[in-house]
Amino acid sequence: MITLKVNGEVRELDVDPEMPLLWALRDVLGLTGTKYGCGQAQCGACTVHLDGEVVRSCVTPVRRAAGHEVTTIEGLSPDGSHPLQRVWCDLAVPQCGFCQAGQIMTAAALLASNPKPSDTDIERSLAGNLCRCGTYLRIRAAVKKAAGIPEE
Amino acid sequence: MREHRGAPGRCVLVVAVIALACGCTRRQPETTSKGGSSLPQVSAGALRGPEAFAQIQNRADRSRALFAEASRVFLHPRCVNCHPDGDTPHQGMDLSVHDPPVVRGPDDKGVVGVQCSSCHQDHNLELARVPGAPEWHLAPLAMAWVGKSPRAICEQMKDPARNGARTLAQIVDHNAHDRLVAWGWNPGHGREPAPGTQEQLGQLIAAWVESGAECPTEGATP
Repeated sequence: MITLKVNGEVRELDVDPEMPLLWALRDVLGLTGTKYGCGQAQCGACTVHLDGEVVRSCVTPVRRAAGHEVTTIEGLSPDGSHPLQRVWCDLAVPQCGFCQAGQIMTAAALLASNPKPSDTDIERSLAGNLCRCGTYLRIRAAVKKAAGIPEE
Repeated sequence: MREHRGAPGRCVLVVAVIALACGCTRRQPETTSKGGSSLPQVSAGALRGPEAFAQIQNRADRSRALFAEASRVFLHPRCVNCHPDGDTPHQGMDLSVHDPPVVRGPDDKGVVGVQCSSCHQDHNLELARVPGAPEWHLAPLAMAWVGKSPRAICEQMKDPARNGARTLAQIVDHNAHDRLVAWGWNPGHGREPAPGTQEQLGQLIAAWVESGAECPTEGATP
């Protein structure tokens, strides 16, 4: 039995300790906001926070989360009102939307540690989150707007 | 560090002086698998153990040869890929730039969003093919090996300012037992391992230290 906290709630999971955290979140706990993209930590669609740090849940064994706190897109705010989520809507950032939960989770970790990131900071931190629709410019604009950085 | 000089040592010295006077000496490569050396032949995937170097009578030459042999490990892509001479690690046998395009970050463990531990676990993932080992991280820039010669790596490894303030005894232990170093021989997913074994590397480095920790001459290649 693996005990962990997911979005503030203690959960006990009777699963293989090597099960990818993504499987546990989606298939066992029904938290399907986190997406399966490549399964190889190459795309970032499965990004969640483990004790506030970004991890790709598709390659993270659930045992690594035992005794720790996982935050998914569902837990980023109680009602979807995290500054990034609001700006994401304002600027209509998503196109197909599949990668956006991962993009927002990485951006949230960035802003938590660096409230006023430069363009370079944003590009470096989001380098592991791919968007096949090519919404990168809107993503960068949204991160800067959420950070209160004026448009150039 | 001093040469132990018994009678045979004096003979060797006399011969060497005569040879030098005749202008007929030319330093052989510290180790080589071809031409001019009687060191045993080994395949690219194997290492010569310290015993193979016992035939080198001169202690300093033996020490240089031992390090040159060990440098075959240090310069293998499994090891050199994470000792980059810049802010981006390499991957593959051709030192490709790491994909995704991660950067070193302030503590050699990436930056927020793309830390090493965002993707790399404490073990290799055979299905996802993501390599992993405990404490996965880049070597500090001061320990860069990409593009460096065996002599440069040797001098770096002996310099406490560039080796993590390690003593030579700690260098031996690091090479012989560090769990991230060990990954070089257990790289997973069909990746070519570093030559020999970690145990052999530890023995070579221990023998190198015991023989005076001399560095290969500039230009010498393993």
